[in-house]
Amino acid sequence: MDEVFDIQIISPEKNLLSDKINSVTLPGFEGEMTLLFNHIPIITFLRPGIIKIQGKKDLKYFVEEGTVEFSNNNLTILSSTVLELTSLTKEKISKMIEESQSKLSQENLDDKLRYIFSTKIDCLSKINL
Amino acid sequence: MPSLDDLRKRIASVKSTQKITKAMKMVAAAKLRKAQEMAEKGRPYSEKMNIIIQNLSKAISDPSNAPRLLVGTGEDKSHLCIVMTADRGLCGGFNTNIVKQAKNYFNKILKDSKTLKIITVGTKGLDQLKRDYGKYIIKKINFKDKKKLSFEDAESIGNEIVKLFKNKEFDKCIIFFNKFKNVMTQVPQAQQVIPAKKEDQKEKEEYSSYEFEPEEDEILEDLLPKNISTQIYKGFLENSASEQGSRMTAMDNATRNAGDLVEKLTINYNRSRQAAITKELIEIISGAESL
Repeated sequence: MDEVFDIQIISPEKNLLSDKINSVTLPGFEGEMTLLFNHIPIITFLRPGIIKIQGKKDLKYFVEEGTVEFSNNNLTILSSTVLELTSLTKEKISKMIEESQSKLSQENLDDKLRYIFSTKIDCLSKINL
Repeated sequence: MPSLDDLRKRIASVKSTQKITKAMKMVAAAKLRKAQEMAEKGRPYSEKMNIIIQNLSKAISDPSNAPRLLVGTGEDKSHLCIVMTADRGLCGGFNTNIVKQAKNYFNKILKDSKTLKIITVGTKGLDQLKRDYGKYIIKKINFKDKKKLSFEDAESIGNEIVKLFKNKEFDKCIIFFNKFKNVMTQVPQAQQVIPAKKEDQKEKEEYSSYEFEPEEDEILEDLLPKNISTQIYKGFLENSASEQGSRMTAMDNATRNAGDLVEKLTINYNRSRQAAITKELIEIISGAESL
C-alpha cells in the first residue's frame, strides 16, 4: 500500500480533490484506462464516464469531459463538469439523459459530438444509486 | 462669504452624495466577496492548464511541425492586444491602470514599427483608448447587458482569436487584465497567450516525453484553443474581483472625504450663523446706546 501517488481534480470553480491514492480508472477518450504508481507520463482527454479512485477510501466521480496529465507520480484532472457520484440523484440523472437525448436528436451534429452524447447517455443510464 | 442658505444647501448635497457612495461601497463589498471567491478558486485550473501546456511544449517530439498556436509563426511582426477593462466607471484607478500598462506596451510596439491590433473588452477601456489608438482597434466587445460572465463568453472571444490567428492576422497575442491581489491592490498584468510557449524557457533535456492518447497533434489541436479560452476566463474572473475591490476602496475613500467635507462645511455654517447673530446684537446695542 506504499505505492501511492498524488491526485488532483480541479474544476474552474474549485479544487475538488487533492489526495494520495493507489489507483485510478479513467474513462479515456479512446477507452478506459487504469493508472497505477510509476505510470509513464501521459496526457489524454476524457469522454463522459466514471472516474473510479482507490485509496484510503474509494471515490467515484462522473465527468463529461476533461484533460488528464500524469507525470512524476502527479495526476492532474482538469474538467469543467465533475460531479461526485454520491451527490447525484435519480431525478438529476434522468434530466441529464433527457437533455443529451434532445441534443443527440439534432440534425447537424458531427460524429465526435454524437459519440460524446451517446456515451454520456450510456454511462448515465448505467449508474445505480 | 456664501450665505447661510447656500451653505445649508451644500451640506445637504454633500450628505446625499455621501449616502450614494456609501451604498455603492456596500454593494461592491457584497459583490467582491463572491467575485473574489470565484477568482481564487478558478486560479488552480488555469494555472494547471498553463503548466500542462508548458510541459507539453518542452516534450514535443517535432518542434518544426508543432502547431503554430504553441510555437508561434516564427515571426514577430504584428501583435494583437486584448485589453480587458470594466464596463462601468467609479472604481478608482482600476481601468486607468490597465490602460496605462497597455499604452506602454503599444508605444513600445509602435516604436519598433510593428503592426498593432487591439481588441477591447469592456467599454471603459475603449473610451480611454479610442482617441489615441482608435485606428488600431479592430474589434470592440462588451458585456454590458450581461450580469455574470460565463465560460462560454470567454470561449467566444477565444474562438475569435484563434480564427484571426488562423487567418494569419497576427503573430503574437497578449491579454491585459488586473490580477486581484487583495482589496487594496490590484496588479495590472500582461500575459502572452499566443504563442503559448514561453521564450525564455530553458529546454530541459532530461524531461521525459509524454505518451499521448489520442495522437499528439489531436491533443494539441484541442488543448491549445481551450487554454486560450481558459486564460481569458481567468482574466474575466480576476478582473471582476479587482473591479469590485477597487470600487470598494474608491467608494470608501469618497465616503470618508464627503464626511470630512460635511464637517468643514458645518463648522463654516455655524461660524457664519454665529457671526450673523453677533452682528445683529451689535446693531441692537449700538442702536440702543445712541438713544
